[in-house]
Amino acid sequence: MSASIHNVDAQALFRYVLRLGDLSLVLGQRLGEWVGHSPALEEDLGLANIALDLIGQARLLLTYAGEVEGRGRDEDKLAFLREQGAYFNPILAEQPNGDFGHTIVRQVLIDAFQLELYERLTGSLDERLASIAAKSVKEVRYHLRYSAGWLVRLGDGTPESRARVQTALDLLWPYTVELFAEDDLDRMMAEGGIAPRLPEVQSAWSARIEAILTEATLRRPADRPHTWHGKRGQHSEHLGYILAEMQYLQRTYPDARW
Amino acid sequence: MEDKQQWPLYEVFVRARGGLDHKHVGSLHAADARMALDHARDLYTRRLEGVSIWVVPSKAIAASDPTETDSFFEPAKDKIYRHPTFYEIPDEVKTL
Repeated sequence: MSASIHNVDAQALFRYVLRLGDLSLVLGQRLGEWVGHSPALEEDLGLANIALDLIGQARLLLTYAGEVEGRGRDEDKLAFLREQGAYFNPILAEQPNGDFGHTIVRQVLIDAFQLELYERLTGSLDERLASIAAKSVKEVRYHLRYSAGWLVRLGDGTPESRARVQTALDLLWPYTVELFAEDDLDRMMAEGGIAPRLPEVQSAWSARIEAILTEATLRRPADRPHTWHGKRGQHSEHLGYILAEMQYLQRTYPDARW
Repeated sequence: MEDKQQWPLYEVFVRARGGLDHKHVGSLHAADARMALDHARDLYTRRLEGVSIWVVPSKAIAASDPTETDSFFEPAKDKIYRHPTFYEIPDEVKTL
């Protein structure tokens, strides 16, 4: 285990790493729902590739979280045997896919967040997190290329495609507030040199999103205060359905392997 | 005639590693060149097959006509002097 975690409480670090891992895990599971249903065979593979990258990130992060916790839980135990209230992803990740444009909007918002976050996490004092971030940032850079390319195509496309992605953007925008809502845990990680300050991530994210929306000729929704607590385990109704599907096999046939 | 219901076809060329040439590996549908590159990346390089990708709109390729194969290629058949097979190769030359 990395030597640099001594300056923060292990339980706090465990929860923080779960936040990162759960975001990737839940979003990856969501994207997986598109397999076999995408508008084109090529997109089926594109979305599945992104989903697999995200599941890969989740595996690394959950494995690390389990080691930090020190109670013998591995990636599988953490992924398949945790209750909804012990999942710490921001609730944007669990929002339903909707139509293809809706999925793309959600993806752009999260890709840009993960990109800014991982870029900064590569400088984390926690060497393990820094190395996971260094691997993941390359993946996420491509994810954003893919999703932003689609958002521009749809936003600057036909009246129909433009209306659909604008509606999705208006609907999903309020959930982005939670990505940057700094709580005690986020502050503790920033002060310990483990994670970047969220306001800094937010301003970089905001500039990046602004540029993409401008190119996509989409209207940036107004920022309104919202309070979501997915990062503390309070989720929307959607997560339960995701977990039911994802965890069914391990709960029905404990320790099943294939 | 342009089919509005389906994205245009692109031909994909992948360079396996530096120094080699781009080889044709297949084709895919995409709405534009950027999407074609993304799709090519996801379809044809997911097992580390390459370090560089070209995509070309299939309609930009002019192809020889299969019915003209005789007139196109037969005349080269009896011109064996075009193959440099009459030279003595020195023993020191290993690869030629």
